[in-house]
Amino acid sequence: MNLARVVGRIVSTHKEQGLSGRKLLVLAPLDASLEPAGSPLIAVDAIGAGAAEIVLYVRGREAAHAFLPDEVPTDAGVVAIVDHATIETKR
Amino acid sequence: MYLARIVGTIVATRKDERLEGCKLLIVQPLDTAGRDSGHPVVAVDTVSAGYTETVLVVTGSSARMTTRTKDSPVDAAIVGIVDTINLDRPGQPEKP
Repeated sequence: MNLARVVGRIVSTHKEQGLSGRKLLVLAPLDASLEPAGSPLIAVDAIGAGAAEIVLYVRGREAAHAFLPDEVPTDAGVVAIVDHATIETKR
Repeated sequence: MYLARIVGTIVATRKDERLEGCKLLIVQPLDTAGRDSGHPVVAVDTVSAGYTETVLVVTGSSARMTTRTKDSPVDAAIVGIVDTINLDRPGQPEKP
């Protein structure tokens, strides 16, 4: 799982039936110090995340497990909203 | 998943039997600003997308989860046609 910030939404009326009713979010990946890291990706929201929130997302086939028993064809899914992150840095 | 623009089609007569009837399109990955990003790939179309449309592409084993590509030898599928991309204003909100 990785950290990311929600930076946008995708509107798509015509999509695969497994994706219908699902919210598509644009995520900007973050590193451990919560700085932007890497290029944005699109993920399916599994928990009701909103704009500018820091979230946990899963990549790969496992992302679809967040929606079981529904079969959602996705390779990225938002599975948690981060309340606090405590990161120990090198002394 | 990532955004991509359809830039071409593939015609293949001899192919795996589970790919028969599948539309194969060449898609150019895009960044969120709509600029080309990376190299084109071939993806199976599950939503009847057309030339120059912006689409959502799913890759890896998740590409086999659509009704069209179930149990097919496929690692990229087009699963949505993008109407609009709404990006929040740049500027970082506070860290938690």
